[in-house]
Amino acid sequence: MNSYLNKTRPLVFCPGCTHEKITKSLDKAFINLNLPADKTVIVTDIGCSGLFDTFFNVHALHGIHGRALTYASGLKLANPELNVIVTMGDGGLGIGGAHVLASCRKNLDITLIILNNFNFGMTGGQYSATTPTEALVGSGFLNHAEIPIDICAIAESAGATYVDRCSGHDETLPEKIARAIEHKGFSLIETLGMCTGRYTKKNQLTPKALDQMVIDLPSKGGLIEKNQRPEYGERYRALAREKMIFPEAITIEKQIDLKNYREQEVVILGSAGMRIVTAGDLVCYAGLCAGMNVSMKNDYNITVLRGQSVSEILISPEKIGYPGIKSPSVVLALSDEGVQRKKKIFSTLKPDTFVLKEKSVALPETRANVVEIDFRKLKIKKQDWALASLGIMAKEEKAINKTMLKHALKSRFSEKLYQIAMETIEKTI
Amino acid sequence: MALSFMEGNEALARGAIAAGCNFFAGYPITPATTIFNSMLSMLPPKGGICIQGEDEIASMGYCIGASMAGKKVMTATSGPGISLYSEQLSFAIGSEIPLVIADVQRLGPSTGSATRGADSDIQFLRWGSTSGVPVIVLAPKDALDCYILTIHAFNYAEEFRCPVFIASNKEIGMTRESFDLDSVTLPPIVERKQFSGDTYLPFEAESDAAPPFLPIGSKTLVRQTSSTHGPDGYITIDPDVIAQNQARLREKIHSARKRITLFEKNIKENTDTLIISYGVTTRAVDDAGKTLEKKGNPVSTLSLKTLWPVPEEVLMETAKPFNRIIVIEMNLGQYINEIRRILCDKKVEFYGQMNGVLIPPAKIMEVVENE
Repeated sequence: MNSYLNKTRPLVFCPGCTHEKITKSLDKAFINLNLPADKTVIVTDIGCSGLFDTFFNVHALHGIHGRALTYASGLKLANPELNVIVTMGDGGLGIGGAHVLASCRKNLDITLIILNNFNFGMTGGQYSATTPTEALVGSGFLNHAEIPIDICAIAESAGATYVDRCSGHDETLPEKIARAIEHKGFSLIETLGMCTGRYTKKNQLTPKALDQMVIDLPSKGGLIEKNQRPEYGERYRALAREKMIFPEAITIEKQIDLKNYREQEVVILGSAGMRIVTAGDLVCYAGLCAGMNVSMKNDYNITVLRGQSVSEILISPEKIGYPGIKSPSVVLALSDEGVQRKKKIFSTLKPDTFVLKEKSVALPETRANVVEIDFRKLKIKKQDWALASLGIMAKEEKAINKTMLKHALKSRFSEKLYQIAMETIEKTI
Repeated sequence: MALSFMEGNEALARGAIAAGCNFFAGYPITPATTIFNSMLSMLPPKGGICIQGEDEIASMGYCIGASMAGKKVMTATSGPGISLYSEQLSFAIGSEIPLVIADVQRLGPSTGSATRGADSDIQFLRWGSTSGVPVIVLAPKDALDCYILTIHAFNYAEEFRCPVFIASNKEIGMTRESFDLDSVTLPPIVERKQFSGDTYLPFEAESDAAPPFLPIGSKTLVRQTSSTHGPDGYITIDPDVIAQNQARLREKIHSARKRITLFEKNIKENTDTLIISYGVTTRAVDDAGKTLEKKGNPVSTLSLKTLWPVPEEVLMETAKPFNRIIVIEMNLGQYINEIRRILCDKKVEFYGQMNGVLIPPAKIMEVVENE
């Protein structure tokens, strides 16, 4: 192809703006590489660099300030055949810094061209993340109290596999861009340029001065040897291919016929590490084995290894409506932390509520039928108290019975775990 | 009969898979994280892609890019994440990018309570973007609804080329429950309408419909832009073109609102009171209704599943014979404003609660009985 430039959309940059040279260099790079237009997309964000997508006859996605790399990543992951080129100014670089870092770390095969012209051109020449401290810009004195970033150094330390820097007026820019596009992985090329509409009005900057800046800054020659590694998309797909087993939903067949079963509300009050959630699960499975409807809500701390662990279970022959506890039929009080969490319920319990209290646990005043158990005396470890309590519930026929519990354990556990669980439970029966 | 047993979040993820979702990007946040976990275990074996973004903004950006490459995409978050999604949402709304967004709501404002439920975001989801262009918001009441409404959400997103929200709640998302999936008829899957003519203008469309789609990467070149654009996808300042496009963005959803109104109603004979609710609260309302009926004081109920666009006709028709309307919400009054707007000739009572716990049936009975 002779040119990828859209003849009906001529360039609109201010006279002398480096962006025009970079646009033409990008076109030359496309021509040199003979990129298929229908497999190439330019992704841009806001600002003068955000005009690039309109000048080319390739696919285009123009989005929000600083977010171009996020769209580019989605496009590349969804369609690995695409050549994805992102243009971004120093404004987008600042506001979208997290995405630049993530792109360096990920190493998706995307080419990022940063058009650094040291200020926000479109909004009036305010300072950006790359404005020199001494520059005179549209943000008054504010930039005099800050320093500019060196994005190439940042990119290298963030793991970029290809980093290059040059003047936007560099005659070899088309070849440099082409090499960056050809690199398999994330490539970042920073171009230094003149914003004639704003920046150079008060700051002396010439193509020669830009060349000197490139010389003065640490040189980046493309490939960063120490960061070389497989391209992210290929690595992702290789890892994902190993995940071959689709996790089917858990379904539980009705195995027992229960007559006259009435809705039950079971509350298990314990602490982290006591396998409260597993016990709650088992109560649900016991109900499900009998063809009942069940629901379970758990309450535990964000720091999962400490604090209360509470499970609230409903078992009902009817479809369950309100999924909260109204009037518990069974309460297992297995730790003070758990009891404290729900201390308000104890005064509301009915006389026929079955409360199983471990010997060490203190209970608030209640009218309920409290049965005490000393698990330590039975030589049952704390982590098995909840499981052992299910044995007592089953023996007393509170909410579940022995057949239900056995079916639940068989459905939930492997044969080996089932045997171990039954040994614990039998200590209580 | 075998019952499924899972939490609402897993049901939502399974609904997405059933709808053909093949790309998910999200960022961890309680109480929505288990949607991400589920998608991560389910998508790779199906050949789909699941990514953890570096933040919520990036997650939405990945979804936007993947959707424009033709994928059926979903993301999941909670209120604080919706805040961060906002700028990308405006993009997806204005530039007609199909997306499904699960918002497992928690108690706000701000960081609020990570593990306490509330219907915090009902107005936020509708208005949390620039321009005021309508969006679609569906509210499930239980795990089964999470499954079914997610399929509807994908269908609407694909047909209308817009973001569709599922306004779930911690009390649904993280509650495990049984349901019978075989007992329901699932909606047929709707796919994005592909362009098939000669000259493709990416935003050329009927005045009340979304434009036909071609992915970025197709033989025909595609333009997508967040800027105000004409049918050709280039920026425009022509007031007529702008006005037409703005009107179409509204009209494509507004004109279909009857068809996308999902609800359940339980109208009892000789009742004077109608309770309107949505989400997990409807379950307490139904329980309260049953008890009130036993006590000889029956009420009728209307449970909305489509919150936006507001089901105006359903609200007006259903409420017509009732003298007393009560709205119950798990917040201090958000959707009540829409209902009062629609039922402006009626006295509409309200009860709301914002304390991190479910509204119990007893409270609803108290509201009904304290006339």
